[in-house]
Amino acid sequence: MADTDTTTSGTGPATSGTATSGGRAADGRGRRAVRVGVSAALTAAVVLAVLVVPLLFPLDRQAVDLAAKLQPPSLTHPFGTDEVGRDLLLRCVYGLRVSLLVGVVAALAATVIGTAVGALAGALGGWADRAVMRVVDLFSSVPHLLLGIFIVAMFRPGVWPVIISVALTHWLSTARIVRAEVLSLRSRPYIDAAVSGGASRWRVTVRHLLPGVLPQAGLAAVLMVPHAIWHESALSFLGLGLPAHEASLGIMVNAARGSLLAGDWWPTLFPGVFIIVPTLAIAGLAGAWRERINPRRRSELML
Amino acid sequence: MSALTSLPWGPMARMTGRRVLLAVPVLLAVTLGVFAIAAASPFDPVRAYAGTAGLTASQENLDQLRHNLGVDQPLLARWWHWLTGALTGDLGDSATLRAPVSQVIGERIGWSALLCALAFVIAIAVGTLLGVLAARRRGGLLDRAVTSVAYALEAAPPFWLGLLAVWLFALKLGVLPAGGLTDTGSEVATAGQIARHVVLPALVLAVSQLPWFVLYVRQGVGDALAEDPVRGARARGLRERTVLLQHALRSGLLPVLTLIGSRVPELITGALLVETVFSWPGIAAATVEAATSVDFPLLAALTVLATAAVLAGNLLSDLLYGLADPRVAFDG
Repeated sequence: MADTDTTTSGTGPATSGTATSGGRAADGRGRRAVRVGVSAALTAAVVLAVLVVPLLFPLDRQAVDLAAKLQPPSLTHPFGTDEVGRDLLLRCVYGLRVSLLVGVVAALAATVIGTAVGALAGALGGWADRAVMRVVDLFSSVPHLLLGIFIVAMFRPGVWPVIISVALTHWLSTARIVRAEVLSLRSRPYIDAAVSGGASRWRVTVRHLLPGVLPQAGLAAVLMVPHAIWHESALSFLGLGLPAHEASLGIMVNAARGSLLAGDWWPTLFPGVFIIVPTLAIAGLAGAWRERINPRRRSELML
Repeated sequence: MSALTSLPWGPMARMTGRRVLLAVPVLLAVTLGVFAIAAASPFDPVRAYAGTAGLTASQENLDQLRHNLGVDQPLLARWWHWLTGALTGDLGDSATLRAPVSQVIGERIGWSALLCALAFVIAIAVGTLLGVLAARRRGGLLDRAVTSVAYALEAAPPFWLGLLAVWLFALKLGVLPAGGLTDTGSEVATAGQIARHVVLPALVLAVSQLPWFVLYVRQGVGDALAEDPVRGARARGLRERTVLLQHALRSGLLPVLTLIGSRVPELITGALLVETVFSWPGIAAATVEAATSVDFPLLAALTVLATAAVLAGNLLSDLLYGLADPRVAFDG
């Protein structure tokens, strides 16, 4: 889950198109359409499951069925049951709900900070820009998870410390993207027109620059959600995340360590799958979005 | 030997010196930030130090303790005190591990370095191999298989991979130990035992770093294969192996090799999780222990250490880039 900007010219027609026949190119386009379709379907399924399942199957946290504990996956329990006999599929959906909620809130917070800082740096320019970018460099020289661990440890585990720690560590990439975009927009003629029309610096920033960077910031926000989920799961797994009753996916993996050492793999496997699948689905959708914003840069998935 | 003497040692040394000077304010700011976060936190070191005795202790005793620990001083004074101590090698005492912080780091850093170095070498070797194989025929079956697995692995949390590896190799197959540094009950760490115990954590850490290498090598070599020199080599009728290894790999691998240093943050993140899963006695596991029991002196020292490692990695990256690409000057 690196913040790498793998801006690749991929399997698609952009680079290989010159060298290969039209058939390969069409093939690549078809595969891309399939990828977007599958990603969209998976994302819709995840969102629907997270929203609808709690309405249909309310989770009784106290319900313990020791007779049915640690059953392997079967028809009645597709994912098996955990160490006190609760259905793992239902628990995974609830865990994803917690993780997704924390992830979305944290990603939004990170994007708002990043957009504000990036737009400020880009719009002010000069020494303010240099100072802000120094701060960005400073933050990026501390490993994200370590800074997150430090913040959560100092403010005792809970939902808000986790969200704050994710927001404080993940705004950097958005700030860089927004700043670069603002810098490139600043030299456009319509900005000059607005300035010579007497618009104030504030008005130029809010009315002319920000709308131009919103698509990029939105894309960054969407890509941030899987990062935030990943970060939250790691913190929760280390015991520095959400409280144990907010059973997120990371907490479920941590709680299943005992059963795993007894040889029961399913309480560990399925929560992890529930982290991977939404991540890939969101990355697939974000890739399509990026190609719409920036059609000249054919890109592959970016996590 | 001529290769060694022809290196641009002077410019490289100047660049290193400049970077070290630039690292000083960054490290100062990070330490100050660490102290500021601690000062803003609701956590009270006096009560933590006193433990259950703090519940019954009188206010004078608590104040005395507060004074002894130096917590009653303002933020900047405490920071300055810590900083001057750190320069003389005194980083304070770790409450959880009951030892001076510098001793804890000294004992554990070697194990972390061993694990990370092994994982890094495996990731580079396997990543280059898979990346080149995938790049040879883009869009082919192998390419699609390798890239899909790489994306799935990149999305997978390392701790989850580690637990599944423990289940498969230690419990199901019973071929490798599940964690720790030595077998339970044995006092001395022999080289053979350590070698057996390091395999699983190193592999998991390598696998968690692998996707990045695979995807970058694939892209670099794939792009190089479409460039004019390669087309020229093909036109001259050179063997496919020569084209791939001498032309495409050489120019395609350079950007990847130079970016290796910038992987240090991800490596530290992976080590934090992998060392915890495998109870590996390194500094990353100590960081997590320190965090769960709010051991501020240890946590602060390790955060600063990690920052220094990241800065060193960036420097290495830029040095390699300057060496690999003569067009880039050593100024930055």
